[in-house]
Amino acid sequence: MISLTINGQKHDMYVPEDMPLLWVLRDVIGMKGTKFGCGISQCGACTVHMDGEAIRSCATPVSEATGEIETIEAMADDGVGRNVQQAWLDLGVAQCGYCQTGQIMTATALLKKTPKPETQEIVDAMAGNLCRCGTYNRILAAIEKAADMEVSQ
Amino acid sequence: MSRAEDTMQIANVSRRGLLKGLAGASALLLAARWDPALAGEQAQFGAGAMPGGWVDDPNVFIQIASDGVVTIVNNRSEMGQGIRTSLVMVGADELGADWEQVRVHQADGDQDKYGNQNTDGSRSMRHWYDPMRRAAAAARLMLEQAAAKEWDVPVHEVETRVHKIVHKSSGKELGFGALAEAASQLEVPGRNALVLKADSELRFIGKESGLVNGELDSAPPKAIDGRDIVTGQAVFGADIDLDDTLYAVIARPPVYGAKVKSFDDSEALKVRGVEKVMPIEGAQQPAGFNPLGGVAVVASNTWAAMEGRKALKIDWDNGPADDNATYTTDTYRKSLEKAAESPGKVVRENGGDVDAALESADKRVSATYYMPHMAQAPMEPPVATVRIRDGKAEAWAPVQNPRATRDGIADRLGMDRSEVTVHVTLLGGGFGRKSKPDFVTEAAIVAEAFEGRPVKLQWSREDDIHHSYFHAVTVDRMDAGLDADGKATAWRHRTLSPSIGSLFAPDPKHLQEFEQGMGLNTMPFDIPAIRLENPPAPAHVRIGWFRAVYNLPHAWAIQSFAHELAEAAGKDHRDYVLDLLGPDRKIGNLTVGDGWNYGEDPDKYPIDIARMRRVIERATDEAGWGRETDKGRGLGLAFHHSFVSYAAIVFDVEVDDEGQLTIHRADIAFDCGPQANPERLRSQLEGACVMGIGIAMQNEVTFEDGVAQQGNFDTYLIPRMPDAPKVLRVHLIDNPGDAMGGAGEPGLPPVAPALCNAIHAATGKRIRRLPVGDQLSG
Repeated sequence: MISLTINGQKHDMYVPEDMPLLWVLRDVIGMKGTKFGCGISQCGACTVHMDGEAIRSCATPVSEATGEIETIEAMADDGVGRNVQQAWLDLGVAQCGYCQTGQIMTATALLKKTPKPETQEIVDAMAGNLCRCGTYNRILAAIEKAADMEVSQ
Repeated sequence: MSRAEDTMQIANVSRRGLLKGLAGASALLLAARWDPALAGEQAQFGAGAMPGGWVDDPNVFIQIASDGVVTIVNNRSEMGQGIRTSLVMVGADELGADWEQVRVHQADGDQDKYGNQNTDGSRSMRHWYDPMRRAAAAARLMLEQAAAKEWDVPVHEVETRVHKIVHKSSGKELGFGALAEAASQLEVPGRNALVLKADSELRFIGKESGLVNGELDSAPPKAIDGRDIVTGQAVFGADIDLDDTLYAVIARPPVYGAKVKSFDDSEALKVRGVEKVMPIEGAQQPAGFNPLGGVAVVASNTWAAMEGRKALKIDWDNGPADDNATYTTDTYRKSLEKAAESPGKVVRENGGDVDAALESADKRVSATYYMPHMAQAPMEPPVATVRIRDGKAEAWAPVQNPRATRDGIADRLGMDRSEVTVHVTLLGGGFGRKSKPDFVTEAAIVAEAFEGRPVKLQWSREDDIHHSYFHAVTVDRMDAGLDADGKATAWRHRTLSPSIGSLFAPDPKHLQEFEQGMGLNTMPFDIPAIRLENPPAPAHVRIGWFRAVYNLPHAWAIQSFAHELAEAAGKDHRDYVLDLLGPDRKIGNLTVGDGWNYGEDPDKYPIDIARMRRVIERATDEAGWGRETDKGRGLGLAFHHSFVSYAAIVFDVEVDDEGQLTIHRADIAFDCGPQANPERLRSQLEGACVMGIGIAMQNEVTFEDGVAQQGNFDTYLIPRMPDAPKVLRVHLIDNPGDAMGGAGEPGLPPVAPALCNAIHAATGKRIRRLPVGDQLSG
């Protein structure tokens, strides 16, 4: 049996050990905010946090997801995540929106570690998240805006 | 209840059912009569010429509940262009609604009811702005009439304020919700009784909001799905979550047209979770929107289906694939380049003797340009859920063309169209790929084997890139003659590329009218001798629409070549092209051999040289054209008219000694006539700029022996954040006087040539083959 802690809640299940966390989240648990984009850690649409680190759930076997997992569904209850979401709305970042949950997860992980990042630090941190609509300039501006916001818990 | 079920339930109840379902708490506008558009109004151009035409019946588009909530129906697919926000905004503004009380309802696929729903061609706003305003104006007039009746005063004494009707002299007022029931009893006024709001009365339409070139405007942008998107609650096609769902993937023939000879599923069936393996019959060539066929693996979750597919052993029969199995793009490119040496079918001539003018020119300039196959690669790969029950099909799918989706399922399963329901989800990107509903038909075929159970058919990224409807590969051979002043006196352009026509009929091997009309025949330069030719080019893969379509290669070749001519003439690029455009004039599409004009009226939508000039001047002025630049740095310009709009872009780039490109700035000027939602226009142009950088620098799908050589984002490269311009500015031309143009596509064609022209300005290196790839190093 596999035991996962997702957004503070424990989930026990019988799934193959090598099943990627992404498909456990989406097809087994039914949490759809984490997206499938490539399956090989190239696009970042599947980004979640494990013990605060941004990881690619599409390439993380569920047996290795032993830490505290947080997904986009928990970000509205997270001080930094909420700021990032609000900055995204204030700047109208999303076009189709499909990649944006992964973008927000990567951005939130960055700001938790580095609350006032330099522009180049943002670009480096976000380089693994693809957006086919091409919203990168607004993503960058939104992260800079979120970094200027006060974090309330 | 999951959100998907929620959506489904709303979609399934009738309007009257919704009224009843809410136990009388709501009253909807249920009008007695609204004439369908008259035959004369459904014209030969524009929205009226599209299948299904336009509809402006307020009963179809606007509902007002007694609690004041206004629900506006969006009949177009949302794929990131923001139409769910922008079209609803247009209706809400005309109606006088409070934005906080406005909701959107996504129409199912039903062109008889909702008018044309085929979301491509940059048509959504330009075709639906007027009908939506009329529908909302009619609803507003009914609310005013209901209030006047209630107060027993003449209707001209009442007026609409935000979400309420007021009687000016007495100070009485009633909210929309309080009036909804009474308004619903009234007859819908005729179109000639409608008075649309004056521009000065508008609160949303045409107003800037959000981020404007780095400055945050006071008003936040309206984004009707914004909160759902950032919290992960938005429902894309992939996110449909129905009880008892089965998950399927398909192994498709690697070569277009090949068939399954035999397969061994013994190992696949051993994979935990796999429930069934079944062959899928493919279509004959040309395949149209029909599935390619192959072998489907059905499982209890997506991953199990993918693992099962890995364990399949399939022998493919390339026999039915004609010579597609020998298709190798490198060889093909050389064959097109050779064919470009000989004359081809003439598609436009202006009477001047091109051959003589080329012979007698003081200087002759020749160049050949290449643009490769590309895959649209929306971030959400194709995916669809279908349930077959009691002889009926129900689909939930991210599709640009819900009518074609319905017809695809109905045709394949032998159903009547009326037995097929298509619920349109949010699209995780489209770019033309999701105009083709082959993946939904695949889901329906599998679902037919599981009566009553939903089947979600998921494409992997490899499926998406291997089996795209590829952007056509293109060779453009350009020849020009210049006089002693460097002015062009002769222009010969031979363009060779497989046609999208090959998807639907025996391969025509020549560009169709609409393909020529995308920036080839409509080339605006004023040159005494012009001849455009189109030698044959066969198709060996599925060729299909990719955002901006044939405008991409035509703009790339023409705009690169114009820069080469300026260089040969020793002139400034901007000055040269402004001169080459000739005097301000309006060119009718028919006079340049184009009978298409994006389906629009030539009188309303000529090619307007003054507008072209204005975007060029604006982009270059904003970019500081002509300024001195350091070594290794330069500015590049390109412009293009497409989808009846005008775009120009200037890049400021730097290339270091290692060949590393830095894009310091992009300045885009854009004229689409009236602007419904400037904020989303900006986002479309910003996105087109980034996507165009990918077309210039990275995008390429190659084939060896008929098989695509790229499969995922490690080999099919698309732009990442470090590739974006450091500064990206959009300059919208204030031009409410002309007819409204498209916005989703016209920003894209000038991007690649402008970037390559900038690279030339920075390095002296001329790019004639896309993508640039590693051409800058060494």
